[in-house]
Amino acid sequence: MKNDYYIESYSHVKNGEISVNGKIVFKTLETEFKPVMKAAYKKLVVDYPKFFKMDNLSKLGFLAAEVLLKNESDKDMAMVFSNRASSLDTDRGYQSSIKDSTQYYPSPAVFVYTLANICMGEISIRHQIHSENCFFVMDEFSSETLSYYTNQLLDENKAKKVLCAWVDVDNGKYNAFLYVVSKKGTFVHSNAEINRLYKTTNE
Amino acid sequence: MSELKQELKEKIIEQLNLEDVSVEEIADNDPLFGDGLGLDSIDALELIVMLDKDYGIKLADPKEGRKIFESINTMAAYISAKKA
Repeated sequence: MKNDYYIESYSHVKNGEISVNGKIVFKTLETEFKPVMKAAYKKLVVDYPKFFKMDNLSKLGFLAAEVLLKNESDKDMAMVFSNRASSLDTDRGYQSSIKDSTQYYPSPAVFVYTLANICMGEISIRHQIHSENCFFVMDEFSSETLSYYTNQLLDENKAKKVLCAWVDVDNGKYNAFLYVVSKKGTFVHSNAEINRLYKTTNE
Repeated sequence: MSELKQELKEKIIEQLNLEDVSVEEIADNDPLFGDGLGLDSIDALELIVMLDKDYGIKLADPKEGRKIFESINTMAAYISAKKA
């Protein structure tokens, strides 16, 4: 892997904690996903009621991006996201609303979130990001996949920065790890370093 | 009619996930879209589903919704007329 790119900063959301560069910015004893997200919104987000209309995956990615991009001014940023469950968490809810033909009331507001990449759309709208984006679905976190695609984007000048992510929600379990890659930064953009940062809350 | 208006406000808050809005904050004449509650096009579709699911009213022409969903007053009047 080329080593002329760097990780500027990173964020984690897991087990009722939200951290930026390893520093905890939010913590709750709540364990259920919904109250955790609501409490985090109340503390970290200023007046964005659309948050409550989002599905769980989008809420998770949105909060992880909110703390990470708070002071980010460069909007020339591509997005490379990944997860295991895709949008299954929302798909199941939608499916349950249409499985009974005598009670067939499909919700448009749920249907619009039955794609994993809508999560990137919500973040793009919030931070006014207009650029390349891609969402990989794979069995487990893969620094190789993310770094390969990210280097390609930066090598080809598709964007000045790349927002990379593992953002996964399924059956009440949730885990988000986001990081920004550019030509300047604190950590070398290597697979070893990405894995080390990922594991800081995933061991 | 006032009971129906109260019920509509509660349903709208719950079904459209208006987390930071209370029943008391919605006036009967407040516009539901635009400068009022700020609902969007997906919310409009949800309201059409709500009319069908909770009141058994099917909108044959979604464009009708523009007038019906202007406010709580117009929604309540439409539902009452259909139920009469």
